[in-house]
Amino acid sequence: MPKIVVCMKQALDVAEIKIDSATRRPITAGVPRKISDFDKNALEEAIKLKERLGAEVSVVTVGPEEARMALREALAMGADRAYLLSDSAFEGSDTLTISYILSEAIKKLGGFDLILCGEASIDSFSAQVGPRLAERLNIPQITYVRKLSLDGDTVVAERSLEDCYETMKAKTPVLITVTREINEPRIPSLMAIMKASKKEITVWNAEQLKVPNEKVGEAGSAVRIIEVVAPKVERKRIVIKAETVKELAETLAKAIIKEGVVGR
Amino acid sequence: MRDVGEHRGVWVFSENRDLMLELLGKGSELANKLRAELAAVLLGCNVKSWAKELIGYGANKVYVVDHPLLKAFRAEPYASALTHLAQQYKPEVLLIGSTKRGKELASRVATRLETGCVPDCIQLGVDEKGELWMSRVVYGGNAIATEVCRTKPQIATVPPRVFEKPEYKEGEGEVIEAQFKLEEPRTEVVEVKEIEAARVKIEEARVVVAGGRGVQKKEDFQILEELAQVLGGQVGYTRPLAEDRKWFTEWIGLSGHKVKPALYIACGISGVIQHIAGIRDSQIIVGINEDPEAPIFEVADYRVVGDLYEVVPALSAALKKLLTGG
Repeated sequence: MPKIVVCMKQALDVAEIKIDSATRRPITAGVPRKISDFDKNALEEAIKLKERLGAEVSVVTVGPEEARMALREALAMGADRAYLLSDSAFEGSDTLTISYILSEAIKKLGGFDLILCGEASIDSFSAQVGPRLAERLNIPQITYVRKLSLDGDTVVAERSLEDCYETMKAKTPVLITVTREINEPRIPSLMAIMKASKKEITVWNAEQLKVPNEKVGEAGSAVRIIEVVAPKVERKRIVIKAETVKELAETLAKAIIKEGVVGR
Repeated sequence: MRDVGEHRGVWVFSENRDLMLELLGKGSELANKLRAELAAVLLGCNVKSWAKELIGYGANKVYVVDHPLLKAFRAEPYASALTHLAQQYKPEVLLIGSTKRGKELASRVATRLETGCVPDCIQLGVDEKGELWMSRVVYGGNAIATEVCRTKPQIATVPPRVFEKPEYKEGEGEVIEAQFKLEEPRTEVVEVKEIEAARVKIEEARVVVAGGRGVQKKEDFQILEELAQVLGGQVGYTRPLAEDRKWFTEWIGLSGHKVKPALYIACGISGVIQHIAGIRDSQIIVGINEDPEAPIFEVADYRVVGDLYEVVPALSAALKKLLTGG
């Protein structure tokens, strides 16, 4: 039975972030977190493979205790096992250290055939953790996948690049990052949610993962954030109004032409 | 003196030739500020002849790895070539073109070199202490984060069309050829389907007329097409039309195409932040929406509260008349 590991991030719900108008800083305190959208697609794809081939699906996340919520949701969607990698030493991790923590946890899980990740996270959008993890585990990766199949030890995946769709083949174990196009994540039934609430969530800390403190969290991270501010929006905000649609269109057309952005 | 250890020089690499030149432009500015050399990394098969041109675009040095395994871009041989070069010649800064392939490469190389990588930089500079800073969009377009990297090389990826291609000048430079044992690719390309050329180029369109949820039926895009035609532009879409309604396979926004046309006309687009992040750098934004509270109006230069089914055809007619002098 193929073993599939899905990596998830409990990301900030970016739609809920407000900007402090005085400092122009985003207010992240109190912003709800949710499973990063693309990671849900990764999980859905794993569950589909499970339904088709009878795979075993484990979900792994690095985060504080609150990340249990995300794991419960994943179990309700159909994951078999859930692992929370949690330690105060992990705080302030960048992609270098997150991929390290994940790789050590995945090694501890034992063998795997497929690792699925979202193409990027909705809050940070770096698209690095997947390929970095593949590198640490020394396995091939196929990124930006929109169609996936697994047959024995062969993975066939169609990836979406800027100028083409590329169909790739690889032998397992392999890491795949998926796009939103690949599927429509299911919404778990009430029954499934109830059942999931009884499932166990395994928690591993730094010591259990045997990761030294200097290689994780802020101490082990290469990238430091200096400042985060809202971009300046300098727009004219001119309201075009008129009695009739025709007049409105003419006013707008003249304004556009006057801007010198079209035509002669 | 700032401590860079034994790491010196600014390097640039992209498998995309235009992007490589854009990186040379920005890289040259950074190299001047860091008082370091600028080098281009050229990976491929029978590509040496391009080295001279890269020197003309500002490279003091060109590192060439010419190998049959590098004929087409594949993650493993490219990552091993770039890693070997960086380990041998130790650059301080490495800029990699942020295509999807480039991002995958940058992540792999950064991991092999145990260093940081700041992705999709929209601005880079050197502060008064001689430290490189890198800025990128985070929180779905809500904020710009400025970051530094405390390990070397400092890796940044830079998207296409963020920086200008420099002027070409005949110049002198050094070409250094290196040979390494490269890793074989562990994936096999089975099929490549080209995406329609017209669709690829939306980033380059001077005018983009985009439709969102306010467009009721796929056929109704005809009225947007007409407006785009009058303006010599292209039509674009938002993500819900591609992903929820399955009308299209691509979209404009943070996770799709990022555009910065001279004129962007948003028709029936509410303007969620992920979409705004993909259009923010447009010169002029026009918002047409029935909902006066739609967030698109926050970033619009011209706000039209109205039904796109009435406004867009009327706008096409009015523009046609004005532009053809009729």
